[in-house]
Amino acid sequence: MNFIKRAAALTVAALLAQFTAGGTAAAQEVNGLKTVEAFEGIAPEEARSAAIFGEMAKVITHPRCMNCHPVNSGPLQGDERKPHSPPVPRTEDNFGVVAMRCTTCHGEENRPFLGESGSVPGNGHWQLAPASMGWVGTTVPEICAQLKDPERNGGRTMTEVAHHMGHDSLVGWAWTPGEGRTPAPGTWEAFAELAENWIETGAACPG
Amino acid sequence: MTDLTINGKDVTLDVPGDTPLLWALRDDLRLTGTKFGCGIAQCGACTVMVDGMPMRSCVTPVEALEGSEIVTIEALEGPEADAVRKAWVDIDVPQCGYCQSGQIIAAAALLTEIPNPTDEDIDFAMAGNACRCATYVRIRKAIHNAAKMLET
Repeated sequence: MNFIKRAAALTVAALLAQFTAGGTAAAQEVNGLKTVEAFEGIAPEEARSAAIFGEMAKVITHPRCMNCHPVNSGPLQGDERKPHSPPVPRTEDNFGVVAMRCTTCHGEENRPFLGESGSVPGNGHWQLAPASMGWVGTTVPEICAQLKDPERNGGRTMTEVAHHMGHDSLVGWAWTPGEGRTPAPGTWEAFAELAENWIETGAACPG
Repeated sequence: MTDLTINGKDVTLDVPGDTPLLWALRDDLRLTGTKFGCGIAQCGACTVMVDGMPMRSCVTPVEALEGSEIVTIEALEGPEADAVRKAWVDIDVPQCGYCQSGQIIAAAALLTEIPNPTDEDIDFAMAGNACRCATYVRIRKAIHNAAKMLET
């Protein structure tokens, strides 16, 4: 009993220490994603930028993002990244096949199943990323280079890349995926801030 | 309240907005040709046309359909639908028949966009319409036959 009391007191003390230190420790990581504050001490700037992208990669390589960024296949699904059921190949418009477009089943928001828990995931922009933006099977440095290449990123400027990451509701869905699907780490806001800082610091890629 | 068109008629659905279209069709409008299969958009038995595209009515709340045009199996018409129905009867496609309204809607939608589909076109287009009697070979054959009818 004494041990439990002492352990609880120590825990409270540790938590108080974090807050009294200006909240720095608490602010440097949220839901498993480091915030920009965690990278402030890294110099030179290029190294800081590359480190920030390494953190962003925790989100980018998460199933919530990767499942719709395949390279050779159709969409994947679930935390286990299984092939989409029913099977859907990649098509020219990245929007499913004739008579079974994405919108045949996916709505503008997660829609609850009938008669059991769970939902069909959904968003107003629900579709596969184009093949040029495929990530499955590639490395983090390769994804980084691809994001910066207008030939492969949909002709986006870096500002537009940051806008996609921070403001496209389909990206934001990764943090509200519905029951049974693990959200991407961190928060959308923290990820957006990382993306902005990555670009402000030169959008360097990890080696 | 949701205002929409169902089988060519203006309808106001006085049901909670989160009511699945499938329940509104079957319980409120007594259009029971559309079936409940799995409830998770995996089997296709509940497929209806929404603004010209197939959609799973079991996971579609009526509040998402304000102003939409819905066509169910009871009113599906046009050359593709006629050809599919005739092809279905010609070779007795259904066994138990439970999934057939969804199958026919998907098949007609396929032929509307691809008048002469390949086996692969058919297999992918119909992949979301399950048939527990496994009549898939006859479904594919009937769609090819319907495509031939539409050529003449």
